[in-house]
Amino acid sequence: MAILKRTGFAVLVMLLGAGAGAAVLSLPPEWNGLSDTVAARLDESGVTNPVTAVLLNFRGYDTLLEICVLMLAAFAVGSFVSERRSAGLGTGRGAAETSGQGHRGVELPIARPGRVLTGLVRLLAPWIILVSGYLLWVGSHAPGGAFQAGALLASLGVLIVLCDHRLLPRTASWLRRVLLALGFWVFAGFGLVPLMFGQALLQFSGPAAGWVILGIETACTVSIAMVLLLLFVCNARLPSLDADADRARGTGA
Amino acid sequence: MNGLLWLFDGLLVAGLAWLAWWALAATDLFKGIVLFVVFGLLMALAWARLQAPDIALAEAAIGAGLTGALLLSTLARISSAPRSPPAQRDDRSPSE
Repeated sequence: MAILKRTGFAVLVMLLGAGAGAAVLSLPPEWNGLSDTVAARLDESGVTNPVTAVLLNFRGYDTLLEICVLMLAAFAVGSFVSERRSAGLGTGRGAAETSGQGHRGVELPIARPGRVLTGLVRLLAPWIILVSGYLLWVGSHAPGGAFQAGALLASLGVLIVLCDHRLLPRTASWLRRVLLALGFWVFAGFGLVPLMFGQALLQFSGPAAGWVILGIETACTVSIAMVLLLLFVCNARLPSLDADADRARGTGA
Repeated sequence: MNGLLWLFDGLLVAGLAWLAWWALAATDLFKGIVLFVVFGLLMALAWARLQAPDIALAEAAIGAGLTGALLLSTLARISSAPRSPPAQRDDRSPSE
């Protein structure tokens, strides 16, 4: 019976694979999709990188909703973690960690941070910040943009957390929430402006379009980095970046 | 030169399929995560070969970097989780 089930499953997977392969092979070899349309209107977008033009201008709606989803995910994870903590469910190691005096980094199944890791992070940190800023800037005319820049910044945050999470600056809860929501609100805010001039929602055109897109991308970079870093920090059950929690612990102890 | 590129692409595709299989089949979760990270790096290379550098950058940063870190910290969490609720024990891999 089990063998029958497995064989049936294997046949199903092979059929699916064959179908996908046939679909790929049936595509016309020379078909540009919408790239000709994009190239024709690229001058009006304010940027010269077609990918950025599509993401931030022609189909800005998609990107706006993506940023919104990221923001909501971070808020959901963050509230889940803090709710659990305040409900006293974070017992065991987590409680020992938070009540202990020196909460060292995350206990990952890798060696404790040694000199190699800390030294490497110390060397890398300024370069990662520089490259992240470069990716953000270069997004207007070459591959790059907010998502890559934000992910790089977040990876720097993760590296620092792995060395010693106390190195990350403590931030107040409201500030973290503002930074998380910044990308979405800046994007939505700039997107509403064209409505006042009788244009469509999220229609960025004219000479200022390039600067508007750069501003949106900068805000989104901050938010994306914050979202990704918070996902990691919450997941690793760290004492978090929370200045409020620090205060609460200080008074409670 | 063209032949070399074909060889490279072939190796890339074969390596991706091989890594994907082993990342899924690994009974050791840590091994699975490491294989997944390597898969992400090769996938970034594949995107670069497909002339999609934007996706390659995002894949390298998110797929290989941050997802790996998230998965590792999750692994650390579920390995150290209290074992009292028996319902949750089904999720754990049999190797542990």
